[in-house]
Amino acid sequence: MTITLIFLACIMATLIFWLLKQTLNTQPWVSDAEADAVSGMSLNTNPQTIGLTTFLAVATSMFALFASAYTLRMTMPDWSPMDEPVVLWINTGFLILASVSYQWTTSVALKSHAQKIKLGLITSGIFSIFFLIGQFTAWQQLIEKGMYASSNPSIAFFYVLTAMHGLHLLGGLYVWARSVIRVSRDADAESIRLSVELCTVYWHFLLLVWALLFSLMIST
Amino acid sequence: MAFVAIADRDHEQEHHDPQTFLTKYVWSQDHKVIAIQYGGIAIFVGLIALGLSILMRLQLGFPNTFSVINPESYYQFVTMHGMIMVVYLLTALFLGGFGNYLIPLMCGSRDMVFPFLNMLSVWVYLLSVLILLASFFVPGGTTGAGWTLYPPQAISAGTPGVGMGIILMLVSLAVFIVAFTMGGLNYVTTVLQARCKGMTLMRMPLSVWGIFMATVLGLLAFPALLVSAIMMILDKTILTSFFMPAMISAGEQLSYNDGSPILFQHLFWFFGHPEVYIVALPAFGLVSDVLATHARKNIFGYRMMVWAILAIGGLSFVVWAHHMYVSGMNPYFGFFFATTTLIIAVPTALKVYNWVLTLWQGNIHLRVPMLFAIAFIFTFIHGGLTGIFLGNVVVDLPLSDTYFVVAHFHMVMGVSPVLVVFAAIYHWFPLMSGKMFNETLGKWHFWLTFLGAYSVYLPMHYLGFQGVPRRYFSMGTTDFLPESAQMLNASITVSAIILAAAQSLFFINIFMSLWKGKKAEKNCWGATSLEWLTPDQPPKHGNWGHDLPVVHRWAYDYSVPGQEQDFTPQTVPASEVPVGRDHGVTHESMLEEFQEK
Amino acid sequence: MPIAVVVIFLVVGSVVFHFVSPWTFTPLASNWSQIDDTIDLTFWVTGFVFVAINLFMAYAVIKYRAAPGKRAAYDPENTKLETWLTVFTTVGIVAMLAPGLLVWGRFVDVPDNAMQIEVLGQQWHWSYRLPGADGEFGDVSAKLITKENPFGMDYDDPVGQDDVLISSPELHLPINVPVNLNLRSKDVLHNFTVAQFRVKMDMVPGMVTSLWFTPTKAGRYDLLCEELCGIAHHTMRGAVIVEEPEDFDNWVASNPTFSDTQVRLAYNPEPNSAAAQYAVCAACHGHQGEGMVVLNAPKISGQSEWYLRKQLENYKGGLRGSHKDDIYGQQMAPMSMVLFNDTAIDNVIAHIQTFPDNPAPKTIEGDIESGKKTYAVCAYCHGGNAQGTKAMNAPRMAGMTDWYLQRQLQNFKHGIRGQHPQDYYGKQMSFMARILQDDKKIDDLVAYINTL
Repeated sequence: MTITLIFLACIMATLIFWLLKQTLNTQPWVSDAEADAVSGMSLNTNPQTIGLTTFLAVATSMFALFASAYTLRMTMPDWSPMDEPVVLWINTGFLILASVSYQWTTSVALKSHAQKIKLGLITSGIFSIFFLIGQFTAWQQLIEKGMYASSNPSIAFFYVLTAMHGLHLLGGLYVWARSVIRVSRDADAESIRLSVELCTVYWHFLLLVWALLFSLMIST
Repeated sequence: MAFVAIADRDHEQEHHDPQTFLTKYVWSQDHKVIAIQYGGIAIFVGLIALGLSILMRLQLGFPNTFSVINPESYYQFVTMHGMIMVVYLLTALFLGGFGNYLIPLMCGSRDMVFPFLNMLSVWVYLLSVLILLASFFVPGGTTGAGWTLYPPQAISAGTPGVGMGIILMLVSLAVFIVAFTMGGLNYVTTVLQARCKGMTLMRMPLSVWGIFMATVLGLLAFPALLVSAIMMILDKTILTSFFMPAMISAGEQLSYNDGSPILFQHLFWFFGHPEVYIVALPAFGLVSDVLATHARKNIFGYRMMVWAILAIGGLSFVVWAHHMYVSGMNPYFGFFFATTTLIIAVPTALKVYNWVLTLWQGNIHLRVPMLFAIAFIFTFIHGGLTGIFLGNVVVDLPLSDTYFVVAHFHMVMGVSPVLVVFAAIYHWFPLMSGKMFNETLGKWHFWLTFLGAYSVYLPMHYLGFQGVPRRYFSMGTTDFLPESAQMLNASITVSAIILAAAQSLFFINIFMSLWKGKKAEKNCWGATSLEWLTPDQPPKHGNWGHDLPVVHRWAYDYSVPGQEQDFTPQTVPASEVPVGRDHGVTHESMLEEFQEK
Repeated sequence: MPIAVVVIFLVVGSVVFHFVSPWTFTPLASNWSQIDDTIDLTFWVTGFVFVAINLFMAYAVIKYRAAPGKRAAYDPENTKLETWLTVFTTVGIVAMLAPGLLVWGRFVDVPDNAMQIEVLGQQWHWSYRLPGADGEFGDVSAKLITKENPFGMDYDDPVGQDDVLISSPELHLPINVPVNLNLRSKDVLHNFTVAQFRVKMDMVPGMVTSLWFTPTKAGRYDLLCEELCGIAHHTMRGAVIVEEPEDFDNWVASNPTFSDTQVRLAYNPEPNSAAAQYAVCAACHGHQGEGMVVLNAPKISGQSEWYLRKQLENYKGGLRGSHKDDIYGQQMAPMSMVLFNDTAIDNVIAHIQTFPDNPAPKTIEGDIESGKKTYAVCAYCHGGNAQGTKAMNAPRMAGMTDWYLQRQLQNFKHGIRGQHPQDYYGKQMSFMARILQDDKKIDDLVAYINTL
């Protein structure tokens, strides 16, 4: 549970300190012309970014709880460390490439270069699909070796964690597909830029989650 | 057309408002319609859960008299009653219902920032409810594992509904969590990014604060339930051993290995305790606004109230194991969790003091919503104080798993929030419907509910002291319980039936008022907060007509000295406040003048 | 206004109810008086707060109720007052928490001289294990549990051979000796609770939990399971009997060790003497154990040996057939005395097992569909085909004498059978039989069992 607690403590502490900062030195009952003039946006960004950030906090909480469950379950006597398939390293490479490619797309999106954006998006998508195919291959290799989810909790966790991570990536690919369509239809540059930016953040997040999960699994 | 929650709009856009019945009331993206859909579904399942509780009470009060109730169905009733009330009624009603209705209105925005997601949220919620209800009709029926769904019992023989029942339950919870997350993203983002001009965080009504913090808790805590639901489904279906230890079932060895039932409990309560505050914080917020409005006085210690909400929210993540003092976890945890649990009592107590101090020197109008609010303070004090018994680890030893626990959490998490639900519905009904409810019927409903609830739950504490365990189909005879304990049980059942029957008054009142109630005056309670200041009552799609409101003050300018009216709406700039005698003028006499403006 | 009066009335009423109502804590029978003291302290502190805040609120409502011409005060906050209230609350909280933690400190610190006893829970009954002469428990494992080895004892562990196994829900304890209970479960969560001892703890499969106390008053105490463990959770009862050390020693000596149980399992009766001993039974139950309706003797052939043994022991011990309305049971009780020792019982049962198992004639009619619905509850223990499950202490019913089944259900329901304080499994059945509201339901149920 410690992992989750630390994560959540960080999230909650950030939020609470930020809120306290907003609230500590005000006396709301006193008439305040300065306050009358503020806009109702607490953060200088668009709602979509806040929405995504909030969602990332939710996903972080979920993965952290899985990781906690993993470390707690690990201490029981029947746990035997599993041999992770080598293909995972290659998959990791694909995911890094997808992330890098997204980063590049963001940088060209700033210059509204429609063709390059399209190229960047499609490359990122293909790498992500490769990653998913790679993960699926890893599953098949395990099944061929007779390593089922019921064989050992370490293997069960492997299936569950990769599945949850993969589902999140699939959700990302849905948004990705919509941005590809949007680019093809020459939607307005601003909305494309926003959607590319948000996807980039999401892909980086999924890469980070994968890196942490993968290192947790190979180190134990 | 991209939707913008915060922007002035012209006539052109109003033509885009939904016109057909379907888009207006069914596939609506209007937060107010979604709120009512959420509320309607929640209250509907709540009534089912109420019915189940009466069946349970019939067995407890008059054992073995009714043939529909046997040990199997009894435990199914217990489980479904608990789960529906906690998750599908209270969480959905406070956040999906009141959250959806009030956040945009109180913040001065036209809608939630992601209206489509919001609509999706309510439909996914409906789906989760349908899955839940479907489990009543599968072979073996619903799960009877208790709302805590502790493994191994939840998925091994000896418990009702270990087939499809438990699987549907877990799937339904997972779907509910998806629905809640979609709604929750909206509530958080709307509060943070879509307030109207001048609405600083500290000018928000406490309702918004309570709902906001509860949503944050929900977003971070519900994943714990999702994680445990996923792992339990796998234990059940593909025989992994996350939670399932090596064990015997009906004399046969099962194939599980060394799974940890305690791990499930940690995950469950990691969600389960914040869940208590997910229900309580919105109630705290709503009741604060009802109290201030009807006492014609600012909420006392507004800042402290906000900080208390923050503190309770933060602390609620480090108290979960107080549900597990006797679970067999490392007993040394008891020191830590008892301490954190009792610390959380301090901000909670402060909130109670401030409510009572809001009444002090007020000008208290004892209308129906106010009666419910005062009754809430009473039951919440009672439930909060019994929580100190259970939070103090060593006092919990004799009391845990007895009727004392049942009495405590019903008082604090059932009766109190439900009283707030009624206070809030009566309070905002004129706004939501444009009609006035029947005051007399409302008072009858109040008295029967308040006194009925107290006479149900007060005696239960004493059954707990005697050692009557919870979740017992029947007590039979024991060496330590006097015969009179059964008498007490029978009287509780009679009270519970009266209490349940009294709720029909509420529905009669609501439907009769909707049908042919008097038209409500605008801002009939003389409130200051934005939701009462919309151009139309009930507010139309887009809430604010052409111009967004601009806020110049906090939400609690009641009876400000030197001002003529005893309330100053948030939109009135300092320069335009009518100045006059600082007493003798109450809002009723000013109402007409206000409406002319 | 009425609300203020009602609040005052409820406050006063609650306090009066607290002090005058007959419902309060069950008298203490262990060393944990400190727990009671902490509860009392909590009562005084919280009671004071309850009364004070509510009366203050009621007073405020009366004093400041709306009236024409009145106006509320404007009072955004009062830092000083709020600080004082915080301090005051914190002091109150510390006053309750600190003693609580001290007492908890004693609870987690098990005395070195505590006697060790193992409690084993399962759906839905209790059994116990004592470490035996060597004072050490032998190894156990859930994977080793079988019908013959219900405790899951490791056969090869020499330490476990002298462990005393108690296959009864009744535990005896010597008075004034601290005891540490090591709690184990075979299947799901259970919880060991005796209201008079104040302490309780869950029993978790896969781990050993513990609680300790010192019984200070002799007597018999009801033991309850307080963690939901399935549909018969409320019937999972037992008893703790606190007695003088000599009586306790006698009780321990009367129970078999693990090796004793192994020896008895291996016993092979001598066929001829077994047949001779059965001759007495044959007079009523028939030469093939087929039962005779005119003599009110049910079929016994095909019934599981463990159930026959348990019932014979119950008759002999007066647990069954001693109720004044149990006419036929009273006939059987003296007959069971003929089987003067365990060997005789073993012989007779072994002989009965050699009889052909022909289904008894069906004499009861009823609504089979209705019976089937009711049977859903019975199936949890007796099995889907009424074949009986030893682990649940549930005998076979399919193919057995139906009029006998009917009579026993009536007896259970009306408290004629299963009321002896030591007949724990009978008591369990009488809980369940009470859900049969009338004779028709019993007939329907038996008619359905006849079809299995």
